[in-house]
Amino acid sequence: MNYIGTPISRVDGQAKVTGQAKYAGDVNVPGLVFGAVVTSTIAKGRIKSIDTSAALKVKGVLKVLTHKNRPALPKSDQAWKDDIAPGGSPFRPLYDDKVMFSGQPVALVLAEEWETARYAASLVHVEYAAKPHITDLQAAREKAFTLKKSKKPRGDAAKAFSSAEVRHEAEYFIPTEHHNPMELFASTAIPEKRGKLTVYDKTQGVQNVHRYLCSVFKKKKGDIRVMSPFMGGGFGSGLRPQYQVVLAVMGALTLKRPVRLMLTRQQMYGLGYRPASIERLQLGAQRDGTLHAITHEAIVVTSQFEEFSSSDTEWADRLYKSPNAKFVHKLARLDVPTSCDMRAPGATTGVYGLECAMDELAVALKLDPVELRLRCYSDKDQSVNLPYTSKNLRECYQQGAKAFGWEKRNPVPRSMRDGNELVGWGMATGVWEALQMPAAARIVLGANGHAEISCATSDIGTGTYTIMAQVAADALGLPIENIGIKLGDSTLPQSPVEGGSWMAASVSHAILGVADEVRKTLFDAAKKIKGSPLSGVKFEDVTLSDGKIVSKKDPARAMTIAHVMRERRLDRIEKEKLHKFKKDEKHARNTHSAIFAEVKIDEELGVIRVTRVVNAVAAGRILNTKTARSQIMGGVVWGIGMALHEETAYDHKFGRIMNANIAEYHMPVNADIHDIEVIFVDEPDEHINPLGIKGVGEIGIVGTAAAIANAVYHATGVRVRDLPITLDKLRR
Amino acid sequence: MAISIKVNGKTHEIDADPATPLLYILRDELALNGAKFGCGLGQCGACTVHVDGKPAFSCLLPLAAVGNREVTTIEGLASNGKLNALQQAFIDEQAAQCGYCIAGMVMRAEALLRVNPHPGEEEIRAHMQPNLCRCGTHMRILRAIKRAADRSTEIGVGHEERL
Ligand code: FES
Ligand code: FES
Repeated sequence: MNYIGTPISRVDGQAKVTGQAKYAGDVNVPGLVFGAVVTSTIAKGRIKSIDTSAALKVKGVLKVLTHKNRPALPKSDQAWKDDIAPGGSPFRPLYDDKVMFSGQPVALVLAEEWETARYAASLVHVEYAAKPHITDLQAAREKAFTLKKSKKPRGDAAKAFSSAEVRHEAEYFIPTEHHNPMELFASTAIPEKRGKLTVYDKTQGVQNVHRYLCSVFKKKKGDIRVMSPFMGGGFGSGLRPQYQVVLAVMGALTLKRPVRLMLTRQQMYGLGYRPASIERLQLGAQRDGTLHAITHEAIVVTSQFEEFSSSDTEWADRLYKSPNAKFVHKLARLDVPTSCDMRAPGATTGVYGLECAMDELAVALKLDPVELRLRCYSDKDQSVNLPYTSKNLRECYQQGAKAFGWEKRNPVPRSMRDGNELVGWGMATGVWEALQMPAAARIVLGANGHAEISCATSDIGTGTYTIMAQVAADALGLPIENIGIKLGDSTLPQSPVEGGSWMAASVSHAILGVADEVRKTLFDAAKKIKGSPLSGVKFEDVTLSDGKIVSKKDPARAMTIAHVMRERRLDRIEKEKLHKFKKDEKHARNTHSAIFAEVKIDEELGVIRVTRVVNAVAAGRILNTKTARSQIMGGVVWGIGMALHEETAYDHKFGRIMNANIAEYHMPVNADIHDIEVIFVDEPDEHINPLGIKGVGEIGIVGTAAAIANAVYHATGVRVRDLPITLDKLRR
Repeated sequence: MAISIKVNGKTHEIDADPATPLLYILRDELALNGAKFGCGLGQCGACTVHVDGKPAFSCLLPLAAVGNREVTTIEGLASNGKLNALQQAFIDEQAAQCGYCIAGMVMRAEALLRVNPHPGEEEIRAHMQPNLCRCGTHMRILRAIKRAADRSTEIGVGHEERL
């Protein structure tokens, strides 16, 4: 293989540094109408009246849509369910007079210019009848409920905990966080001939949006086409269709003109988010550092109308041996939008709690934190009692510790310094799932030796274009320059939404599967050529390489693909195939990591800097070491943000977000990011899939915040359990 | 009344409200969509362009305030399709991830290199401070700027090349 596993630069790099990459809000068409949304200022209640007269008087305003004058919309919940909707009744914009959260869209202004639309939106006057609301998780925790029946506990964790020699029990808190991709949610809906519609949307799944729009607007499959060739960051926020796409289509259908609707930064805070969570941990151990009891209970935010739930609590079963374990995941309803997936949902928060608790246990046991983790190391996923397809976490601990210089750590808090600064070293483990989904790909191979590969997947910035080209080039034996990639178009072959780190494995194997069909066609054609050097060679023994179809056993027996196609008068070979992974009930599938972090804290001022992070990752085979490294670095940066900066702050009195902008919602900036080193440890995996791929989009963030929190404790001797760790909390 | 502005060497007559932000004009009237809308409040830098060679938030600059100063956008950086040194360095360092912040980053960095061809690490960090990236490309952006600043040295050759 020439390309798989190599650090080739992303194929879309040029488009991105020249401004040519077109995002959903970048589509210019003649006669474009601009939309602007008016959002609710109360968190719960009813709209008494909406006065749009002043807005309508503004020159250039074409229409103001509200729940009073909107086109017909379906009633049933089912019609509004997208592919990954949780249980409950999905939100529908401009549906009726009910207000369910602050920032809910209540009117859409359509105008000739964006400036006009935004100005007119400010003139729409809404009267509300407010009802009492609740937006504080702490105030709602008593009413939290479990969604499904919790899994049967293993053994008796409570009893084992009370009889354990060393016990640690604590509660950790992660506030609500928002994805804040740099690109705002935007859609451009363009009416075409014969009632058809093309929709450019910011989404992580064009086919999900396509099915959803067809259902909501009662359209036939062929009537709507959803496109998303580039996406300016998703991180989970674009897995479900967002309300702006409904409104853009509504506007386009009403005016019969193309409509672009781009949300404002503030309005982005009316979409999904990482739910605030309370993580309660109880760890009971013997003096030798073996665990006897683990209890992990999470209480997580959802809305009043849907039940979004991700798994926060069962990660300990994958990492640490314990005969007794109990996991409980509860949801608390607040008057806010429905929470949603955000980078490694569940694991980011749950593992933060778990890994801080493990650090506290190590302190209580007077054990090195790495040593404690090795003593509890589990070779099985205890929740299903299965071994892993592969798990090289031991190597992550070892290589990470070595690269970081961990053996020089003095375990005593406040013992290490650098001038005026206290130095802290902390570590944590990361874990995520190695998921894979059915996906299809199409290959069109031309006689000129160029191939076009297509799949409806998105490239949310992760590098999907690039890895698709790598896999296709190797599978077809062509130079990568001869490969063209098409994606982000709902009419292309089937793809799941891009998320959960499953796309690399899914789309790569789809390409391998269909490339096999191309090889078969070429082989059959080659054999028919008079005097073919491949006659008598078996199909299993031929491969495509260097532009040739060639016998693996005797490379002299070969023909160029171009020659075969010319001789057989084939000007193109077109194949499409859906790939499904073999069921493997005998293994658990996970990626793992060990993170080591250094913080330096100004002793007088309390200013915290993360000066060094080493993240050693075991994630099977790495398709592209360059794009994968970028993914891990991005995850680490998110972990730094989570540990020290990020928090969506509510004014509970008004049920409203106080920092709905990116100056006051702090995220890491250039000045916050110092040295980040990524190590991929070798992890051959024969079971998971033919290429041994596990995916890397999420694993980089998991555990990072815990490593930093543990480093802060080591530096200062102060344990801050509620994120973000701001300097005031060090002085409590 | 039409307002005349000069963008990437070309003069345009624009018929719009004089208070309209330059960013809207670039994107919606001139189809120069490289500069992005990220906040409209001067908080993110996604809309950064050059005005007489200086970096400016085009989302905050009213059309009427441009006057006869020269506006340069990312589309005006490459000459005859050939990337400039900084653009190439952004590719080589794999700086772009989703790419949404990148036009603004390149324009801001370019403005620095034009006045200070060999900036130090701290200078780069301070200069790049207004521009945000959510994909976490910070280290690679810093390296790309260093690489462009001195292409003849080995600066900027980081972990990725040492695999
Ligand atoms: S869009 Fe101009 S600074 Fe954010
Ligand atoms: S590359 Fe995505 S925001 Fe910077």
